[in-house]
Amino acid sequence: MTTTESAPAIVPQFDSEPSGRTLAIICSKGTLDMAYPGLVLANAALGEGIETHLFFTFWGFEMINKKTMHELKFTPLGNTATHLPQGLGGVPWMTNVATARLKKSIAEVGVPEVPEFLEQIVASGGHLWACRMSADMNHLTLADLYEGVEDIISAADFIDKTDGAQLLFI
Amino acid sequence: MPVTTLDGHSIHVNDEGFLTDPAEWSEDLATTLAAQIGIQLTDAHWQVIRFLREDYAKTGETATIRRVSTAGGTPVKQLFALFPQKPAKKMAYIAGLPKPHGCV
Repeated sequence: MTTTESAPAIVPQFDSEPSGRTLAIICSKGTLDMAYPGLVLANAALGEGIETHLFFTFWGFEMINKKTMHELKFTPLGNTATHLPQGLGGVPWMTNVATARLKKSIAEVGVPEVPEFLEQIVASGGHLWACRMSADMNHLTLADLYEGVEDIISAADFIDKTDGAQLLFI
Repeated sequence: MPVTTLDGHSIHVNDEGFLTDPAEWSEDLATTLAAQIGIQLTDAHWQVIRFLREDYAKTGETATIRRVSTAGGTPVKQLFALFPQKPAKKMAYIAGLPKPHGCV
């Protein structure tokens, strides 16, 4: 019996070729807490070799506007999942306190702040796109946006670029 | 837990092929593991692999892409060039460590 010698080696099957899978994530929120789901998922997809596009629209512009991307905030107001009395959310400085606490919790798990996270996504091969309508409404040009943003494009262009992609709206 | 034989090395692996006992790893084995997934190790690869080993010995966790870049000093872009498509899993596999658990 020499069966052990003929057993095939167990080796992970990493596809060396791109899978052809594409992920499109629409980021439409401008709060600190809602910036992260899209960033974490984009980063995870890129790490699995999946082509990933992020489209920033409406309040999602806060994430890529050079003036605001470092200062996203979090408020317990209207968010019952914080389990705090809603009246507390309206107390002066509560937004700052809640933002600082959330930032600390995020840093503690080794996750970067939004600008650094975008940098990592771009370095991993991710594509960042800004919404034409949002840019026009706010009188912003590419120069006002994070340098990793490839272009300001229309919704139709984004749909075109992400033909066949799986799509997430956040 | 299956035992598999690669190039004369008899190793315990999980059903995907990742080593289940990091102590069975050696630099010689790393070269064999890398060859299995089509990677020929250069100095730049070794810098990453050695960081992963040292970091795992210290923390008990496999470093994520982010940790390899911030604490290990190899930029993210380079990691994708060295270990194409799935850097985190490929690095861990060659280093004889479990897949990283961290999300980022």
